[in-house]
Amino acid sequence: MNRTIRLGDLAHARSGDKGDTLTIGVVADTAARYDWLVDHLDEARVAAFLEPLGCTGRIRRYLLPRVRAINLVVEGGLAGGASRSLRLDTQGKAIGTAILELRLPSPPEALLASEGPDDGDKPTADA
Amino acid sequence: MDALRTANGAGFWGDNLDAPVRLAESGQVDVLTLEYLAELTLAILAHQRSRRPEAGYVHDLPPLLRRIRSAVEGGLRIVTNGGGLNVTACAAACAAELDPMTPIGVVTGDDVLADLPTWLVEGVRLDHLETGAPLTDVADRLVCANVYLGARPIAEALSQGAQVVLTGRVADASLALGPAAAYHGWSWDDYDTLASASVAGHLIECGAQVTGGLWHNWAEIEDLAGVGYPIAEVARDGSSVITKPEPSGGLVTVANVAEQLVYEIEDPSCYRTPDVDVDLTGVVLTQAGRNRVAVSRTVGRAPAPFLKLSAIYRDGWTASGWLAVVGRDAEAKARACGAIVLERVRRAGFELAETCVEVLGAGDVVRGLVRPSEPPYEVLLRMTVRDPRREAVERFCRELAPLITSGPAGLAGYAGGRPEARPAYGYWPALVPRERVTAGVEVRSARDWKAGGP
Repeated sequence: MNRTIRLGDLAHARSGDKGDTLTIGVVADTAARYDWLVDHLDEARVAAFLEPLGCTGRIRRYLLPRVRAINLVVEGGLAGGASRSLRLDTQGKAIGTAILELRLPSPPEALLASEGPDDGDKPTADA
Repeated sequence: MDALRTANGAGFWGDNLDAPVRLAESGQVDVLTLEYLAELTLAILAHQRSRRPEAGYVHDLPPLLRRIRSAVEGGLRIVTNGGGLNVTACAAACAAELDPMTPIGVVTGDDVLADLPTWLVEGVRLDHLETGAPLTDVADRLVCANVYLGARPIAEALSQGAQVVLTGRVADASLALGPAAAYHGWSWDDYDTLASASVAGHLIECGAQVTGGLWHNWAEIEDLAGVGYPIAEVARDGSSVITKPEPSGGLVTVANVAEQLVYEIEDPSCYRTPDVDVDLTGVVLTQAGRNRVAVSRTVGRAPAPFLKLSAIYRDGWTASGWLAVVGRDAEAKARACGAIVLERVRRAGFELAETCVEVLGAGDVVRGLVRPSEPPYEVLLRMTVRDPRREAVERFCRELAPLITSGPAGLAGYAGGRPEARPAYGYWPALVPRERVTAGVEVRSARDWKAGGP
């Protein structure tokens, strides 16, 4: 059986709403992890994970390499949005935490071995 | 010229009451912004104004000004959209808390509810931005309709000497751009600069979300209880440093600023404000010291010829109720209870238009994206309904409590009381041609506003 890892082992995320559109910003811990996620965290994988939300629109993916972010825009993902949805989480605030459980095929060992987040309080080089 | 230090002490109406006071008293802030208006907040204000004509603004604002009056007298400027639907009444109430000579600027023109019938007749399309439906579908049920104004009227009020600027609906990022543009004297077609400062505004608009709130590794945040709300030091070229007052709790790193940069945006190459189209794709974040993140290289373009309209309409009635369910089969039992309640409402003669049964603890907060690995022994049953008929919703409200004696064993939580039927609202985003909208700016002393305005 193929080994898998959690998205949360490579990245962190937060989510929010724009009307009935769910937005999820995924930020990779390192530049190498970002490059790997660009190849593996594609629209199809995201759509499969979010299937229980019953999205009515398409999923768009935008890349921001300089801040190592992948912005996922999920149209019709909020059952009508803050005003219409009857759900507890009308604005999808908790989805950003849940998506960290999305399983991905295990990346090369080197990617996992590299020392975790590289920003912290340390000054970093300009991109 | 030094950077302008603009802080944000409120990310929504209901945010921490003391955060703006701590910012004001820190001595590390030149301008304090307060962002109060979420998508539906104006519906609440419209409801309040319908009961009392002098209401309709954020009534937490005047008592806040009383608490920070000495900072305002010391030169701190306040810029807030807390004027809501009744900016002049807000100015009168705020004036009562300030030195009589304090200049207060009032920005109007966002409230276009009265203009809509004319606009529709004249062929302005106000179709729903997401669904494409025509506004006539809900025109008879509108409670408010406001256009997002930009930074220019705010800058104008400040340039005329206003110490406190009160607005209704304005774009969140414009609350910070307005003061920076007035202070640095920017031209309104210097799009890269305007875009850069708009990013600073975007980053601080949600308050502590950029200073340690909403962080996945919450346990590493120092003193989250005393989290410092954000300050953007906006330089002459629009670039900024995001930080927080020291000492305070929280954390500002490239990692959490990056999350906030992409928070609630769609296409990052075109983040739209009334002032400028912002391209975020080239933004560079650099850790510039402890709890200091530098934001640079934002690019801007001329804004769209449209402004965003945010209208809200009455949409029937809603209610939500809870019961705790325990037992080895808690999840199945909770779902059965939900079905029993709906069946009893049905036999009482009401087929509810929309219902939602959630079993919290069994994975339903995130709609089954992640489920617990073991069956939960206790869960919370949450039921929410909506219907055009108030009596149907009220009937639902009466059906949760009887489950305590006429449902399965293992239920608790009726002590919280019966749910209440509330008016439900719908949100209607649309686009308005820019030339249809005129912002008004009026700067007068607190004494004049208190006496009844212009």
